[in-house]
Amino acid sequence: MTNILEVKNLQARIAGNTILNGLDLTVRAGEVHAIMGPNGSGKSTLAQVIAGHADYEVLGGSVTYMGKDLLELEPEERAREGVFLGFQYPVEIPGVNNAYLLKAAVNAKRRHNGQEEIDAFEFLKIARERMALLGMDASFLNRGVNEGFSGGEKKRNEILQMAMLEPTLAILDETDSGLDIDALKAVANGVNALRDPERAIVLVTHYQRLLDYIEPDHVHVLSKGKIIRSGDKTLALELENRGYEWVQEAASA
Amino acid sequence: MSTDPNNIESLVNRRYAHGFVTDIESDSLPPGLNEDVVRAISARKNEPPFMLEWRLKAYRHWLTIQEPEWAHLHYPQIDFQDISYFSAPKSDKDRPKSLDEVDPKLLETYDKLGIPLHERARLAGVAVDAVFDSVSVATTFKEKLNDAGVIFCPFSEAVIEHPELVKKYLGSVVPHRDNYYSALNSAVFSDGSFVYIPKGVRCPMELSTYFRINAANTGQFERTLIIADEGSHVSYLEGCTAPMRDENQLHAAVVELVALKDAEIKYSTVQNWYPGDENGKGGIYNFVTKRGDCRGDNSKISWTQVETGSAITWKYPSCILRGDNSVGEFYSVAVTNNMQQADTGTKMIHIGRNTSSTIVSKGISAGRAQQSYRGLVRVMPQASGARNHTQCDSLLIGKECGAHTFPYMEIKNPSARIEHEATTSKISADQLFYCRQRGISEEDAVNMIVNGFCKEVFKELPMEFAVEAQALLNVSLEGAVG
Repeated sequence: MTNILEVKNLQARIAGNTILNGLDLTVRAGEVHAIMGPNGSGKSTLAQVIAGHADYEVLGGSVTYMGKDLLELEPEERAREGVFLGFQYPVEIPGVNNAYLLKAAVNAKRRHNGQEEIDAFEFLKIARERMALLGMDASFLNRGVNEGFSGGEKKRNEILQMAMLEPTLAILDETDSGLDIDALKAVANGVNALRDPERAIVLVTHYQRLLDYIEPDHVHVLSKGKIIRSGDKTLALELENRGYEWVQEAASA
Repeated sequence: MSTDPNNIESLVNRRYAHGFVTDIESDSLPPGLNEDVVRAISARKNEPPFMLEWRLKAYRHWLTIQEPEWAHLHYPQIDFQDISYFSAPKSDKDRPKSLDEVDPKLLETYDKLGIPLHERARLAGVAVDAVFDSVSVATTFKEKLNDAGVIFCPFSEAVIEHPELVKKYLGSVVPHRDNYYSALNSAVFSDGSFVYIPKGVRCPMELSTYFRINAANTGQFERTLIIADEGSHVSYLEGCTAPMRDENQLHAAVVELVALKDAEIKYSTVQNWYPGDENGKGGIYNFVTKRGDCRGDNSKISWTQVETGSAITWKYPSCILRGDNSVGEFYSVAVTNNMQQADTGTKMIHIGRNTSSTIVSKGISAGRAQQSYRGLVRVMPQASGARNHTQCDSLLIGKECGAHTFPYMEIKNPSARIEHEATTSKISADQLFYCRQRGISEEDAVNMIVNGFCKEVFKELPMEFAVEAQALLNVSLEGAVG
């Protein structure tokens, strides 16, 4: 299987605080990885560094995506190359039509790949299909980007964007946080529908609850900016029973 | 990577694209203002005595009043004796009959501005009364308008050809005593546009004028008068741009609109005068008095403006809702960048019964610019059933700019229904990063957000103008972030 993402000895900081301390992670095509860990362990930092957020400074190590040095690319270039970040807190952009942003995003990627841009009709056709798949109401498209959306709607909108952009690597940052059980199931169904042998999905999550609905191939525990334990889905269940302290102690022993 | 909030200030910094000067010899008066200058202007334009008298009355009043200081604007004292009050292209006496006779350099200038006059006229079916400096040099589609009985001509021509209309309506909306700048304008105005739509006529095309300031150190004092007679309808477009200059250029225009019974006037402006450089050097001072009088019952006046230029803007297009059931509207997008300052808004004066007004003001500030919305809604005691809705939104780009809102309301009739909504928002680094993570460049993201913010106003503009306005906004804010 192709290596989609290879993170080696990654160190990064924000506002003078070092958060990642030599993180290693390899994700192959077709795999779903879950990254778990207590608050402040560096889960979101990893997601933001991969997406290219300017507030995070990379101090060392490397991130290779599809054989390319990802850290060399601007955030929009990473996106067009197929890196998608589902945000923990999707931002509201009042006045900008959801469909408009989404079509601009789809076409930015198509241009980058030397494909012809799609027109409004074709776009709407595809968008409606994908929305039906996610159980979303068509009125979503005509609202301002995340404007006045409930927590669940925002997360579903992230999944819709993912479905439209068809990324090679999707990182979903705490997509389950703040969702009630129905919204969680809807989001999970969407993600499952997007599982693909060509695609890798990284779920960043605090709780194992999401993993009841999306079955990961690999589970990693992050602590103090390092992966301290990796395993299969049973690791998540064990964590649920024994807590993070158990792995942390085991790691320092 | 450039989503650093410190860099957000810098997406605004594209050089003024229209900065060039066409070398046409100007026939200008020496700087300074006195009664002789007023007489000289009137004489050069071969005006009838009533016009000179009117100018002199305004001049004498102007001498007795002070420049207003209440606006939230800071600029050095203007030396009114250091300004030349008249400048006309040499070919004034032999005005061209067609575009072929127009100075090729002038046409070249229009081309640089992306306003190929003949193209525009032909493709868009728009009659253009082009004002180059102070004298109108080309008028098209006259015949078609003539057939409809519409008068659309340079103001100086109307003074001679239609003195009875000018006498009746000039100063009837903005009297020469109205304010400091309108008094000055009344004394020294050089030219402008005159429009008369006869009873029951729907003007067969959008009327459009492109203004342009060219000669150095010459104040530009335009005078526009539009009269829509009973049951008529007209849409008027005004667009402006100016060459790059170091000296501050004063502009004090007056626009008067009169809508009689059942008449409707739609007045749209896209203003792109030179705003000065990043440090505020140069740029146009724009002190404009624009006012519409809904004089008849069921009349309507609608102002739509997109303001991106000028170093200083002082401008409050207003409506006097005198007729019963009359309607006033004000839709505005104002963009200030770098060191630009704008104090702009509107006044809605409700006098008739069941009058209604709508105000939608969208202010965008970037760089170190300061922008103020100043609006007055006045409901007179006799104006029963008055309604107003005001929406006033500000968008800030970067940390060093400012937005201020000064809404005034004077409600003297208890049946009035007045609503005021105001918001202030910022284009945040998070919004830009979100868009970039979706593959959209920072510049496209800013354009998208700004256009989304302004959409309610853009939809009020005539189609071809809306496209132009959107492009202009994108250019004005290019380089504002990252």
